[in-house]
Amino acid sequence: MSALPDAGLLVDSDTGIDVALPVAGPGARAYAFVIDWHARLILGAAWYVICALLYNGELSLHAPPKPSASWFVVVVMPALALYFLYHPVLEVLMHGSTPGKRAAGVRIVTRSGAAPGVGALLVRNVFRLIDSLPVFYGLGLIVAAVSRDHLRWGDMAAGTLLVYRQGVVAPPLVRRAAGAAALDTHTAELVFELLRRWDSLESTARATLARRLLVRAGLEPVQADASGEDDLRVQLEKLANRA
Amino acid sequence: MNDALRRHALGTALLERAGLWHQAQARMDRLAGEPSDDAADAARAADDYRMLAHDLARVRDLLPATRTREYLEALYARAHSALHEGAHHAASEVRTFLGEDLPAAVRWLLPYLYWTVPIFLLAAAGGYALVHRYPDLIGLFASPDLIASVERGKLWTDGLLNVVPSSVLSVQILANNITVSLFAYCAGLLFGLGTLYILGLNGLMLGAVFAFVGAHGLAGALGRFVVAHGCVELSVMCLSAAAGAAVGEAVIRPGSAGRMHSFSTAALRSARVLIACAALLVGAGLLEGYVSPNPHIPTAARIGIGVGYWLLMLLLLSGRPFRRRRAFPAPG
Repeated sequence: MSALPDAGLLVDSDTGIDVALPVAGPGARAYAFVIDWHARLILGAAWYVICALLYNGELSLHAPPKPSASWFVVVVMPALALYFLYHPVLEVLMHGSTPGKRAAGVRIVTRSGAAPGVGALLVRNVFRLIDSLPVFYGLGLIVAAVSRDHLRWGDMAAGTLLVYRQGVVAPPLVRRAAGAAALDTHTAELVFELLRRWDSLESTARATLARRLLVRAGLEPVQADASGEDDLRVQLEKLANRA
Repeated sequence: MNDALRRHALGTALLERAGLWHQAQARMDRLAGEPSDDAADAARAADDYRMLAHDLARVRDLLPATRTREYLEALYARAHSALHEGAHHAASEVRTFLGEDLPAAVRWLLPYLYWTVPIFLLAAAGGYALVHRYPDLIGLFASPDLIASVERGKLWTDGLLNVVPSSVLSVQILANNITVSLFAYCAGLLFGLGTLYILGLNGLMLGAVFAFVGAHGLAGALGRFVVAHGCVELSVMCLSAAAGAAVGEAVIRPGSAGRMHSFSTAALRSARVLIACAALLVGAGLLEGYVSPNPHIPTAARIGIGVGYWLLMLLLLSGRPFRRRRAFPAPG
């Protein structure tokens, strides 16, 4: 695993081809957090207001003079739970995302590029206790601004990081090309290699290779066998210049 | 044929594979919407991953600064993420956690427990000795209301249920205890000093309050109040501190893997114990809200409940009830 110069991360993969993950900075983090903070505040407040009005049976949001357990269980507790458990619950249910993170176009991944497990997400949220100090995530924001890969303490503890959710939208050229028949890239490369070395190869060897390649590219074997050496070269060049 | 022409033609040939990329993307979209347990789907996803890796390597070489590369990079990252996202089987995961992961983490924390328990006991003894010798120092550890109540010859817990319902009391207590426990764990980040401070302070407070109420002849009453929930609550305090100490040691002595990796490994490993601690504190909070302040529950029953819950805690941490039986006998 290595850092990219443009604030990205390369993750080793089983295929040997690195996965490039664009790492989100403190700006994207703050944007996601502000949206989530408003969402959980509105949810918690809405629950409290609606349930308090129903519980009191009048236009009052105040607790009864001698509040019973039911007031606490029905009105206060769920509102607090919505506010305080918003992040851990949603991140677990949405596999490392929240509505705010979705809106900011970011998601949580492990340092191997995979979706984080429940344990990592819970640890990440426990460390909010430290990151939120002294107020408004001051410590977390400073640490995220200065640390490599823009990690807050929670991410360091959980082995996670925030990356941009890359939109998988095919560019026009790729969309156009999608309609054409697929040519094996190996074959294409071999065609060019053969043409490049054509003059340095023995006559029989280059003819044999050319016939094999043309058959592999879709030519009938009978047609390929019947073609002469010059004809084979022309057909290979046509194949190479088909673009 | 010159090299530029060759590269152009190769790039064009590569673009002709776009149909395969679209098919792979469609399969990924389908699997993202409805996760599948089908082996054929998994095999196809692995094939797509390999195919995308192969084509991405070509695109990086032949079409480096193009939107095609961006597209394939994103598609490949998505395939990587989809392929490496483990299956979610909640019941099996919970059982594995309780039967294997949690006991292993507890065993790993044992050396830290051998330190945190004596530190806590020493701090408690220190607090007791301090207030016993200098009673005025209780002002450092207890609130004025608590001091006034004890000086009147009454525990602050007497008649508690007349003021606050048990359910409210339980939730307040368990929320507070869980927060302290989580702080003891997180504060390990400060090279273990934060954990040491929280552990020491809690020990000092416990000892000091016992010395103070003892001086007013109320130690027995306080012990009667504490015994039902205290056994587990204090044990959990030491367990959380052990988790924090493990995090602290990982920061102080990271080893060859590097500080960040060591910190993350220790935090994730010890957090398993913390999850169990939080669950145990919910039970302790309920006992502290419903049983401890109830004057009608006899002392013997309180001791039985306290010790019973403590033994239940040991059973939970050992993982014994959740261990899977081997289908075949172990070799040898």
